[in-house]
Amino acid sequence: MKTSNAKAFWLFVGPFLAGLAIFAYLPIGWSLLLSFFDAHNTVTPTEFVGIDNYLDMLSDGAFLQSMGTFTLFALFIVPLTFVLSLALALLVNQISFARTFFRSVFFLPTACSYVVASLIWKLSIFNGLRYGLANTVLSWFGIEPIAWTVSTDPPWYWLVLVTLRLWLQLGFYMILFIAGLQRIPQHLYEAAWIDGAKPGWQTLRHITLPQLRATSVSVVLLTLIAAYQAFDEFYNVLGSADGYPPFARPPLVYLYYTALGSGGQDFGHGSAGAVILALLIALVTLLQGRLFGFRRGE
Amino acid sequence: MIGHVHRPAGYRRAPMTSALRYLALAVAAALFLVPFYLVLRNGLATEAEIAAPDWKFFPDTIHWENFAELFSDPSVPLLASMGNSVLVSVLQTVGQLLLCGLAGYGLARIPYKHAGKVFYAIVATLMIPAAVTFVPSFVVVSSLGWLSDLRGLVIPGLFSGFTAFLFRQYFLAFPKELEEAARIDGLGHWGTFWRIVVPNSGNFIAALAVISFIGSWNAFLWPLVIAQDQSSWTVQVALSSFLTAQNLNVHQLFLAAAVSILPLVIVFVTLQRFLVRGVAETGIKG
Repeated sequence: MKTSNAKAFWLFVGPFLAGLAIFAYLPIGWSLLLSFFDAHNTVTPTEFVGIDNYLDMLSDGAFLQSMGTFTLFALFIVPLTFVLSLALALLVNQISFARTFFRSVFFLPTACSYVVASLIWKLSIFNGLRYGLANTVLSWFGIEPIAWTVSTDPPWYWLVLVTLRLWLQLGFYMILFIAGLQRIPQHLYEAAWIDGAKPGWQTLRHITLPQLRATSVSVVLLTLIAAYQAFDEFYNVLGSADGYPPFARPPLVYLYYTALGSGGQDFGHGSAGAVILALLIALVTLLQGRLFGFRRGE
Repeated sequence: MIGHVHRPAGYRRAPMTSALRYLALAVAAALFLVPFYLVLRNGLATEAEIAAPDWKFFPDTIHWENFAELFSDPSVPLLASMGNSVLVSVLQTVGQLLLCGLAGYGLARIPYKHAGKVFYAIVATLMIPAAVTFVPSFVVVSSLGWLSDLRGLVIPGLFSGFTAFLFRQYFLAFPKELEEAARIDGLGHWGTFWRIVVPNSGNFIAALAVISFIGSWNAFLWPLVIAQDQSSWTVQVALSSFLTAQNLNVHQLFLAAAVSILPLVIVFVTLQRFLVRGVAETGIKG
């Protein structure tokens, strides 16, 4: 019976584990190896360079700048997503008429890709021309057109990138908050009402928000990790046939141009960069596990 | 659902508050719909109407001929890339659910002395998102000779530690009595899984399928890196190259975007129930 269980276990888990070995462990192992070699345009390098690639990356202003870009992006996108998706969830959850309609409208952008959203934002809303939507609205107030995606002073492109991501992801996090709100026991509100708490700010602060703690932690971490991996909208909004501007390169965009850019494939530095990024994100995940326990589906 | 419990009398809010709430929702909903409106407006207009000095709310006549123009242009591989996207998304969704579902069930239900170690080996991969390691994954796939190849687009995405983890959690909570009855009837693990567990897990599987399909359809970085020949482009790569190269007219670009969203809007409208469940299910992990 024991051997038959072992056989059955490998029948179920074996194919998955084999794939994971090839497409998860092997890349990580290989990149560790490559990161210690001079690997220009080759994946089987021979010239061992020790930790030079790492030293290069950590002293490379552009790499550090990409971490700064991510940090700035996260500082905008994480709190805004949190507050706005919570607000939408509270509003949708408190109405009785047309609730499904509003929920669907806010959730609909989930069906769009970052590429499609980039197209709309770059060519129609913020195209920088007089007939773009944003500039048309500004012109009603007598304001001159703004070159949204190419202006660095002030850096209007942040407005473009942040609103784009908000539109795409608010509905997703709103659904998470609604699910969290519906798990709050109703009797808490009744008890608070009997105790004289006014519905509104008081119950929000003393019942709703504390009861949403687990969901809130999830939302913050998910938005943070997603911001860390930002690539699609940066590449499509700011990139052009002439390449990518020197500013606003988040880590994955930077890595993309280092490892696979037109200047030739540099897998040594690209791998060292990937290892550093992977270590940083693993650290965040571990800290999260430490701080909040290994949470399972609630 | 909150609606089941009667709130204490007097708890009801003033009609003013309620009106303000609807006003806020209506404004937000209008803003959320603006981008969809722009896709339709620009896709069905002429270049002159799009660039008119005064904002044209909608083209005077709807230019349906834009469709014919888009699909008959041989330099725009939109249909071919849509075909690639359908193939990649369907294969990836089915394959991922199959492999991860089997693994999740094995981990949850088959007693085996090394099961714990295997579980931790899988959970460990959750710490590093696949996107962060796209460079080394590219190296592996190109060494296999899978660049610009369906295999390179589909296969590396099948082995999702997260999906396997979700399946395991779900199967742990699956009613044991059903399986025990099946075992008494002489079914092994394999038979129990296919005849009892899968048919009774339709909602959960559908929820994950919708999420996985949307993720595949909208994926960009991996197809961008792998699909280097135009013949292997997915629809997102095609749109992106039209966008960054700016070699198309604006109305063509927007019509192509509209066409690329259509399959997902259909999925969204018909399967929203599963989608909402899928989001609540997958998002909760954190």
